[in-house]
Amino acid sequence: MINPVPPAAIFIIAALFVPLFKGRWKNAFMLLIPVVGLINLISIPEGTHWVVRFLDYDLVFGRMDRLSIIFGYIFHIISFIAILYALHVKDDIQHVAGLVYAGSALGVVFSGELFSFFVFWEMLTISSIFLIWARRTRAAMGAGFRYLLVHAAGGLCLLAGIVLYVNQTGSIEFGYIGLSGLGSYLIFFGFGVNCAWPFLHPWLTDAYPEATVTGTIFLSAFTTKCAVYALARAFPGTEALIWIGAAMAGFPIFYAVIENDLRRVLAYSLINQVGFMVCGIGIGTHLAINGAVAHAFNDILFKALLFMSMGAVLYRTGKINGTALGGLYKTMPLTCLFCIVGAASISAFPLFSGFVSKSMVMSAAGEGHMRVVWFILLFASAGVFHHAGIKIPFFAFFSHDSGMRPKEAPLHMLLAMGIAAFLCIFIGSFPGPLYSLLPYPVDYAPYTIPHIVGQTQLLFFSALAFTLLMLAGIYPGEQRCVNIDADWFYRKGSRLFYLIMDKGLNSLNKVSDHIFVGGLAGFLGYISKRGPEILTLGALTPLWGITGAKGKELKDKIETTRTALHTHTSPIGISAALATVFLVVIFILR
Amino acid sequence: MKNRRNTPKRGNKKNEKEKNPKSKEYLFDKPGNVKILFRSFYSALLVLLAIEFFVNKHPHFAWEEWPEFYAVYGFVACVVLVLVSKYILRPLVKRREDYYD
Repeated sequence: MINPVPPAAIFIIAALFVPLFKGRWKNAFMLLIPVVGLINLISIPEGTHWVVRFLDYDLVFGRMDRLSIIFGYIFHIISFIAILYALHVKDDIQHVAGLVYAGSALGVVFSGELFSFFVFWEMLTISSIFLIWARRTRAAMGAGFRYLLVHAAGGLCLLAGIVLYVNQTGSIEFGYIGLSGLGSYLIFFGFGVNCAWPFLHPWLTDAYPEATVTGTIFLSAFTTKCAVYALARAFPGTEALIWIGAAMAGFPIFYAVIENDLRRVLAYSLINQVGFMVCGIGIGTHLAINGAVAHAFNDILFKALLFMSMGAVLYRTGKINGTALGGLYKTMPLTCLFCIVGAASISAFPLFSGFVSKSMVMSAAGEGHMRVVWFILLFASAGVFHHAGIKIPFFAFFSHDSGMRPKEAPLHMLLAMGIAAFLCIFIGSFPGPLYSLLPYPVDYAPYTIPHIVGQTQLLFFSALAFTLLMLAGIYPGEQRCVNIDADWFYRKGSRLFYLIMDKGLNSLNKVSDHIFVGGLAGFLGYISKRGPEILTLGALTPLWGITGAKGKELKDKIETTRTALHTHTSPIGISAALATVFLVVIFILR
Repeated sequence: MKNRRNTPKRGNKKNEKEKNPKSKEYLFDKPGNVKILFRSFYSALLVLLAIEFFVNKHPHFAWEEWPEFYAVYGFVACVVLVLVSKYILRPLVKRREDYYD
C-alpha cells in the first residue's frame, strides 16, 4: 500500500506530464488523474496530515474534516466529468490549466493554515485565467484581463487581511475568524470577491461566457465554491451573509430574463444559486450549514451539466445567443434531454438534486422566522426556474426553428453529461448518501407531502406565467445588446481614470517640459557658456577705465578678451585674475 | 415547462423518427402534439390546485396555510419578475452591442 499524498499534489504534478503524452494515452492519463486522486482521498483518514515547518510556522497541507472532505469528493467527481467533456481539445494549455486549477481548489479546501491557503487561492486565479484566454478571441482577452485585475485586487485585499489577522492573533491557523477588527473584514471582503457578491460579481458574468467551451465547466465548479467553503470555515453565522446571500439570490434573475447570451444567463443563475449557499452560511445553524454545503455539492453538478449542454450547442453550431438558436431538439435530442435534467435539478423539482438541498436552506430560514429572507429565497426559487429551468432549454432547443440541423454532441461529451445527469437524479431520488457526508448529522426529511405539493405548485404556476406571457407576446424578446452591470464602473470608469491621468499627468509633463527643458536648461547653458566672460569683463572693464583706456582701445581690449575666453586661450594674467575673482566669490558665499 | 413534462414521451418518439431519417417532420411540428402538451399541462395545474385540499400542512409561517399560497406566489412572482425586467431594468441597462468597444 502506497502512502497517501496531499490531494492537490496529484493534480498539479500530473498536469505537468500531460503534454508528454499523445492521442489515446493522453486521454487515458488525464482520466486516470481524478480516479487515482479519489482513491487517494478515500484512503486518507480524518485528522491533520502533512505538517511542514516553514520559518516559525507550521504549514498544514491536509486538514481532513467533514467540511473539507465533502468538497474534496465533489471536486474530484467534477474534475473527472470536466476532463471527459474536454477530451476532444487538442490544446495542452487548457488541459494543464484545468488540472492545475482543480489541484489548487483541492489545495484551498485542505489547507489548515492561512499561508498555504493564500498561495493556493492565488493559484486558482492564475490557472483559471488561461481557460478564458485559450478561447483566443478579442472579447476573451479583454474579459480575461478584467478577471485578472479584479481577482488580483481581491487577492491583495485578502493578503492584507491575513497579515493583519496573523499579526493580531499570532497564529496562522485557518479556522473560525468572525468579524472583529480590520484584518477580519479584509479577509471577509477578499472571500467576497471570489464569491461574486453583489457589485463584486461582474468578473463572473463577464468572463465565464467568454471562456472556452470546456473551460467554463471547470470555471463554474471551483472558484465560487472555494469561496463558499472558505466562508463556511471562517464566517459561519455571520449575519451580514444572510442579507448578502439574499441579494445574490434575488438580483441576478432580473438580468437573466433579459440576457441574450445563454451561457451568460447561466452565469447569472450561478450567482443566484451561490446566494442560497451564502445565505445558509449566514444563518449558521447546523441545518443551514448542511444545506449550504449540500447545495454547493449539487450546484457543481447541475450547473456543470447546464454549461455542458450549452457548450455542446456552441461547439456544434458556433452560436450561443438565444436570438440565433431554436429547434435544436430535432437533431440534438440527447443534449436536449440532459439539459432538461439540469434545468429540473436547478429548479428543485422533486426527484432532482436541487430539491433535497435548496429546501434545507429554506427550512433553516423558516425555522429562524426570517420572513423577508424566506420570501426573497422563495422568489428566487420561482425565478431560477423561470430563467434557467425554462428559458435555457426553451430558447436553445425549442422556440422558433432556427433552421440549423447540427449533429448530436460527440460521444465523450454525451458521456460526461450523462454521468452528471445520472448523479443529479440519483442524489435527488436517494439523498441519503449525500446527507451522510455532510458536516453535521442530518435530521431532515425533504420528501414530505406538503413540501412536494408546495414546491410543485410553485414551479408549475411559474411555468404557467411563462407560458401565458409568451403567448401574449409580453415576454421580453431576446435582443442583440449589452446590458450594463456593475462592471460599468471599471469598464467605463477606467476611461475616466485614463482621462484624468491623461489631462492631469500630461499637462504636468508639459509644464515641466516648459520650465525645465525649455527654460532652465537653456538658462544654465547660457550661464555656463557666458558666465566666465561676464565675470571677467565685469571685473576688467572698470579697471581698464581707470587705467585710461577709452573708445576704440577699450572696445578692442574687450573684443580680444572675449575671443580669448571663447577659444580658451586667455593670457595667464587673466586666468589668474579669474581664479582670484572665483576664490573671492567662494569666500563671500561661505 | 412544456418541454419538461413530456420529455420521456418525446425521447421515445424521437428515436422512432431517427430510424426514418427521410422524415423531416419532428415531434412538435405537428400541431396536434402541441395541443396535447398544452392540455396535459393545464390539467396538471388543475390537479395541483385540487390536491392541496387533501394535504395536511405543518408550516413555518401562517401564510403557508392559506389556500393555494404557493401557486399564487409562483405565478405572481414570475409575472412581476418579467414585467420589472422588461419595463424597468431593460430600459435602464440596455446598450448597443459595441457599447464597450
